[in-house]
Parts: sequence; structure tokens; C-alpha cells
Amino acid sequence: MLAFGLVYLAALVALFLSSFWTVNAFTSEVQHIWNLDNYRLLWDQGAYHKIALRTIGIAAAVTVADAILAFPLGYFMARVAGGRSRAFIFVAVLLPLWSSYLIRVYIWQLILAHDGVLNWSLQKVGLPAANIGYTNWAVWLIFTYIWLPFMVLPVYGALERVPDSFLEASRDLGAGGWTTFRRVLLPLALPGVVAGSIFTFSLTLGDYITPLLAGGASSQFIGNVVYDSIGSQQTPFAAAFAVVPLAVMGVYLLIARRLGAFEAL
Amino acid sequence: MRKHTRRFVLLAAVTAALCVPASGVSAGSGLPTKIGKGEGHLNLIAWEGYTQKQWVKPFQQKTGCIVHATYAGTSDDMVTKMRSGGGTQYDGVSASGDASLRLIYGGDVAKVNPKLIPSFKDFIPALKSPPHNTIKGVHYGISLQWGPNTLLWNTKKVKPAPKSWSAIYSKKYRGKITVPDNPIQIADAALYLSKAKPSLHIKDPYELTQTQFNAAINLLKRQKPLIKKYWALASAEINLFKSGDAVIGASWPYQTNTLKADKVHVKDEIPKEGATGWADTWMMSSHARHPNCMYKWMAWVSTPKVQAEQAIYFGETPANTKACAIMNKIQAGSAKQYHCGASKKYFNSIKFWKTPIAKCDNGQNNCVDYPRWQQAWTEMKG
Repeated sequence: MLAFGLVYLAALVALFLSSFWTVNAFTSEVQHIWNLDNYRLLWDQGAYHKIALRTIGIAAAVTVADAILAFPLGYFMARVAGGRSRAFIFVAVLLPLWSSYLIRVYIWQLILAHDGVLNWSLQKVGLPAANIGYTNWAVWLIFTYIWLPFMVLPVYGALERVPDSFLEASRDLGAGGWTTFRRVLLPLALPGVVAGSIFTFSLTLGDYITPLLAGGASSQFIGNVVYDSIGSQQTPFAAAFAVVPLAVMGVYLLIARRLGAFEAL
Repeated sequence: MRKHTRRFVLLAAVTAALCVPASGVSAGSGLPTKIGKGEGHLNLIAWEGYTQKQWVKPFQQKTGCIVHATYAGTSDDMVTKMRSGGGTQYDGVSASGDASLRLIYGGDVAKVNPKLIPSFKDFIPALKSPPHNTIKGVHYGISLQWGPNTLLWNTKKVKPAPKSWSAIYSKKYRGKITVPDNPIQIADAALYLSKAKPSLHIKDPYELTQTQFNAAINLLKRQKPLIKKYWALASAEINLFKSGDAVIGASWPYQTNTLKADKVHVKDEIPKEGATGWADTWMMSSHARHPNCMYKWMAWVSTPKVQAEQAIYFGETPANTKACAIMNKIQAGSAKQYHCGASKKYFNSIKFWKTPIAKCDNGQNNCVDYPRWQQAWTEMKG
């Protein structure tokens, strides 16, 4: 266990160290010359701020959308549905995970394309075409779909653990449905939502495949720049940019621990 | 003891991470004088469409070398893959001119003896010792095929037929344009500017001073809001044209052939400004584990029949002049369609991909080098 931890830490240290190196301009070989150029470039160039903010922004938007979708679904599964329908919903939530990530992205591409199912349906009911294929909207939508199970499960777990007696007590004390939700159910389920958000947020933050396949002309994520930089032999710069999501996740996990997410897992 | 072990593991892991394998230097100066017995396997990095069954299968039967091919999407990708595993992973690569010089100066590829390639004597003169694979008379590979990057459009949606590259910078097709996701695309913008803005004095689209380079980047920045998608793989562009998300773009003849076979109404053309293009070379790794198989492969793909088959499959021009007659036999009129045996004038009209370096042709050191091309491309896309 400890050895595993050390290997992981050593890899992170190596990543961090190599972000201070440079490459030979012509042969593209890594040279161990210590400098801050990679970070200076990240700091000076507005384009990289935009890419980082886009990545973090879409990751946050995906998390919010997943939480809003997962809460009622998790509530229904935990507190309303009977045994059989609960099992059915479980299968429905988990089944997409059995198919390849790529297949699901490509299917969405077909749905959202110019001549895809979405535009075809809109046309049938007399609405104008949506044309969200190859845009950031498409990226957001696909991420929200793909990571939804990772939010549903912890939210369901948290809601299931709330004792019925708490909700009855709240009602007995005269609280309406909304007040019970806001002051009893939500605070008790919050660690589950935060735990789910760790998955949805970090998975989106580190992804580059969906933006590459389904994104448009302005859909570069941090991951895409890292991937391109490694492809073009700029490994030290890739390492420097890869430190950004690490730092973001570090802060995120600290906040999540404050909110009790790790107990909910 | 326990503590020591821990510390040792950490130290070993960090040391291992820090040790980058020493760069390869090509083997001794002696060139082989004959091809030995095949080693049974051959690991290749190739462009999509370069290792088709049609000519790989007979090669395997004839030589006993089993071909394991990996496709690469860009020249940068090829260089990265060639260096993987200290250069022993792959025996050869079908490098374009913007990768070949990097591989030669990086010591990644070996000198080869063209005397061992019987068909070499039939190559067009311009591809026997071209500057992208021959340095001071030393050959670092065998030329393969060449062709132009073309302007592709949907004939139903784009009327009248575009005659100029200005079409992909035009607001008329906003949101319907697609171009390659590749830093070398900056050269396409520079080529267009060399004709559209003569005041910039762009002579070679791969040798740009900072002012010329900035002008090209500005053009690309203005083009960006018009772009539907920057395509990374040929298949991605094919999908965009099929679904109607894109109606015009920069392309390779391969996409045109595939789309036409799928009954999509497309046409491609070299616009009036001329075109950038590629001239590919099979190069052998300086640490190749199967050098004899690699030599046999280079000899095989140079033969007229294989040259003709590949030319027609991909839509490019063979280096071997004897392939033209066979092309026409396989598909009537294909030799002319793909410019087989074309004039020197046509060959020279294409600006072949090459690695931009700081030293310009005029000897001055004020050109923008390739790492800055890559960086500017990423930042432009933002």
C-alpha cells in the first residue's frame, strides 16, 4: 500500500520537476535546464487562461446539471420506488456504463449533427433547427449524460440513509414540504452530492476525448493542450499545464472534506 | 530496515523518472551492400491508407516479414512514436517533409543505401535526392509518393465553384468551414497571403519573418469564428461533410475519394494560389530491430505495381515513373487524374511540407521556428 503511494507520489514529483525543463527547438529533445518559462507562458498568454477557465467552467456546469438531475432520481429510487422498479432504475442507470465511452460520444455526435435525430425531430414538430452539434453546448450535454451515474449512486446512498423518523419529526413540528427539504433532507444528503461532484468535476476536468470529438472550433480543454503538447514533443510545457488541474482538484478536495463528502463515500 | 527500503524505493522511482534515455546516434558509417535474410517481423508507422492489405499481403508471402502497422494522425505524432522505446519500437516510418529533417537531425533514422532498391533508378529526378531526405549526398530514406493539399467543397451547397483559397476565409460560409488541426496549416494561410497581400513579400510559406508570421496568425484568428471544427483525423472531416455540418474545407485527395465512393456530392481542386503538399519518404529507424525486412519493404513499395496501387487508393502521385502505365490499367485515366509523370513545373508549383527553422534560406536567423508555430497554433485556437 505504502509502496503504491510512493510510486504515485514519485510520478507526481517527476511531473512537477519536468515542468521546469525545456526542449531543444529543432530536435525537440528534452533538456534539463531549469527555468520558469513554461509557467511564464501560461501566465502571460490569455489563450491559456481562457482554456483553463473553459475547462473549469464546463466541469462546474456539468456538476450542477448532474446534481439537479440526480437528486429527484435518487430520491425516487431511495424513498418512493418499490423493490422491482428500483432494481429497474438501477439497471437503467448502470447499463450505459457497460458500453464503450467512445460509442456513447459517437452516438451523441449522430444525434446532434446537422442531419441528426435532434434536428430531424425539431423539424417534424415545426421548430427551427438547433444546430448544437460541434459546440460547447454539445460538450456540456454529453459530459452531463456520461457522468450522470457517478452522481446518482452517491446521492441515492445518502438519501437512503436519512431515517424516515427525521422527516416525520419535521412534519410533526409543522414544517411544510419545502422547509423539510431545505432544512432536513438537503443538509443530510449534501455529503452525497459533494461526493458525487468529486467524480463529475474531476472526470470532466481531466477529459479531452469528448471536446476533441464533439467540440467545435473553440472547445479546447486543458487535456487537449496537454495531449497536443506531448504529440508535438513539448513535454515540459504539457507537465506545467497538467499541474493546473492538479491544483484545482487539491483545493476542491479540501473543500469537499470540510463538507463531509468522504464520510458519505 | 523498513525505513531504508522506503527511502530506497522513493529514490529509485525519482531517479528512474529523471533518467531520460540517451539520444540515439546512427550506427557506423558503413552502408549495407546487400539485403540479408528477413527477420520475420516489421513494425511500421504509417499514414492511414499506406499499408493496405492489397500490397501488404503479397509482401508478407514473398518475404516472410509480417507487417505490424500503426497509423499516425500528424507529423508530430510520427516523430513522437518513432522516438518511443528509445527508437527500437518501430523499424520504419512514412515521414513527410516536415518530420523527416527532424528525424534525421535527431539521430532517429539511419542512412540507407539506394543501390539496394532496384526501382530507385526509375524515380522522377526531383525525388531521388530531395533536400527533405538527403543531406550532402547521404540518403536517409527512399521517396514514396507526393501530392497536394486540396480545397474540397460540397457541389450542392457551394456555388459557384470556388477558385481561390479565399473561400475558406470568407464569411459566406460561416460555421460551415473545416480545416486540419495541424500547426503546419499556418503555411496554408501564408501561401494565400503571398498572393493576396504581395506587400508582405512572402516567398516561402515555411520561412516566415515575425511580421509575415503575425499576418498569417491574424488571418487564422479572423478565420476561427467561421470554423465549424478543426479536424484531427481524415475520418472526422469525412463525417463532417457527410452530415452536412461542413460544406467547404482544406483536405487531402483521400477524403475526396472516400466521400465520392459514398455518393456525397463533392469536388476538390488546387486553387489559383497553388497549394501546400506532402512528399513522403520511408525512413528506417537507426535502432531498427528488423533492418533487412525494412529494406525489403522499401524495395517492395517502390515497385511500379505497388506504387500504382497506393497512388490510386490514396489519391496521390507515385515517385516511380513506371507506375503511370499500370495506374491506367487499374483505372482508366487515373495517371492523368493524379498527375503521374507530371512536369517539373507542376512539381515545383507545390510547396511541400518542411520543418520551419529559425535560419531562413537567405542565411539570416530571423525566421520563426517550429516550436513557435505549434505554440501559436494552440493559442490561436484558444
